[in-house]
Amino acid sequence: MLALRLVKEFYHPHTHFRLDVEYRFQKDNAVLFGPSGSGKTLTMQCIAGLAMPDFGYVRIDDQTLFDSKAHIALPVQQRRIGYMFQDYALFPHMTVMQNVAYAHTGCLPSFVGRQEKERAKAMLERFGIGHLARHLPEQLSGGQRQRVALARACNADPQLLLLDEPFSALDPLLRQRLRHELQELLLQLAVPAIVITHDPADVDVFAQELALYADGRAHLVPNYAQVRSQFATADDCLRYLQQAM
Amino acid sequence: MNLSGLDLATPLWLSLRVAGLATITASVAALLAAWGLARRSGPLPALLDALCSLPLVLPPTVLGYYLIVLLGRRGVLGHWLDCLDITLIFSWQGAVVAATVVVFPLIYKSARAALEQVDRHLEDAARTLGASEWRIFCSISLPLAWKGIFAGVMLAFARGMGEFGATLMIAGNIPGKTQTLALAIYDAFQAGNDELAALLALLTSTVCAGLLLTAELLLKRKGRS
Repeated sequence: MLALRLVKEFYHPHTHFRLDVEYRFQKDNAVLFGPSGSGKTLTMQCIAGLAMPDFGYVRIDDQTLFDSKAHIALPVQQRRIGYMFQDYALFPHMTVMQNVAYAHTGCLPSFVGRQEKERAKAMLERFGIGHLARHLPEQLSGGQRQRVALARACNADPQLLLLDEPFSALDPLLRQRLRHELQELLLQLAVPAIVITHDPADVDVFAQELALYADGRAHLVPNYAQVRSQFATADDCLRYLQQAM
Repeated sequence: MNLSGLDLATPLWLSLRVAGLATITASVAALLAAWGLARRSGPLPALLDALCSLPLVLPPTVLGYYLIVLLGRRGVLGHWLDCLDITLIFSWQGAVVAATVVVFPLIYKSARAALEQVDRHLEDAARTLGASEWRIFCSISLPLAWKGIFAGVMLAFARGMGEFGATLMIAGNIPGKTQTLALAIYDAFQAGNDELAALLALLTSTVCAGLLLTAELLLKRKGRS
């Protein structure tokens, strides 16, 4: 589904970071796993077009989103990639309805046409949050915000969903429950999804394929389930894989 | 106190008109400049930023001098304006131009700071949802930054009311035509008419204080809702 090679370097007075990854996901659900600062979010930003690699390519199926050699760099707006931010990035001055309809409204977000409203309503119902349409983001719980963010991304009709640490803004008890809810939603949606996490429990739920990140490099584990079956816990499995990197 | 034949309304109305028009013009220009330069780094944006902020630190007389060089009859742009039969020197429109340049950086500075404080993730999220940069500005950045921008606009209006140096250089001090409140005070004081000077000073202070107070109350009320 997704093939990429990304090289991007940052020079700062005290730190030097180099992202240099190349891999190809074949299955619909993949996870980027690794410690903070290993380049996972930067990879997602490059896929979505929010950051520009120095060198490399990004392809989804047959479509080239970015290719430094061919001088192709589609603008973010044309990539059709849904991005769920760590903090969900809901527009605080808009209602849930306006947030979800945003992909199909104009310069005045408070004006939502009838067709767009119906469409957004259907999406909200699908996510089980139809009753929250008139609420403002600040009135929602963490789990509800996550659903709104996902509904908003899906309403733009994406070809790929990127979820950046979907549970980091939630408390641990809620995480457990929402993890499975989110997985069910993703299965229902039938949109390929890539999840960033540094929590082994997430890997177990979301990974068909796995890219292990460390220090700007990535190692692909094509069949996570097979490797996982040889270990008692996800922690052990991932520790083993990281040591083998 | 001899105040007969005194015309307070003319300079007051002129000041309000000049400051109002200058604030509107400067707001549009400053917002576009702030939008264009917000979150940009590099030598060119730095240079443009310095240029946009320059009127803040230059003496108004220097600004007035530049404007005369630029807009005067023999000026670079003045020649073109002359062809179009537009005279800015010694006209109230000239006072508007002078005030616009003087108040521009006040709006630019606060608008840029306010726009840069908007959470970058929100703008990025809008981009991934297919919104154009202009739409993001209208629907995300502007509504979230309006408080800071509004504060700058009010400050600019109050400053425009008190504009003296650049106005004097370019529009002169013609009673009933280009004599704003600030100029009228200077005139009255020079002529030894202390009562009139005091009255005009009081009027100016009241109008400006009233404006700032209204702005503050408006911001407070909007902030709560």
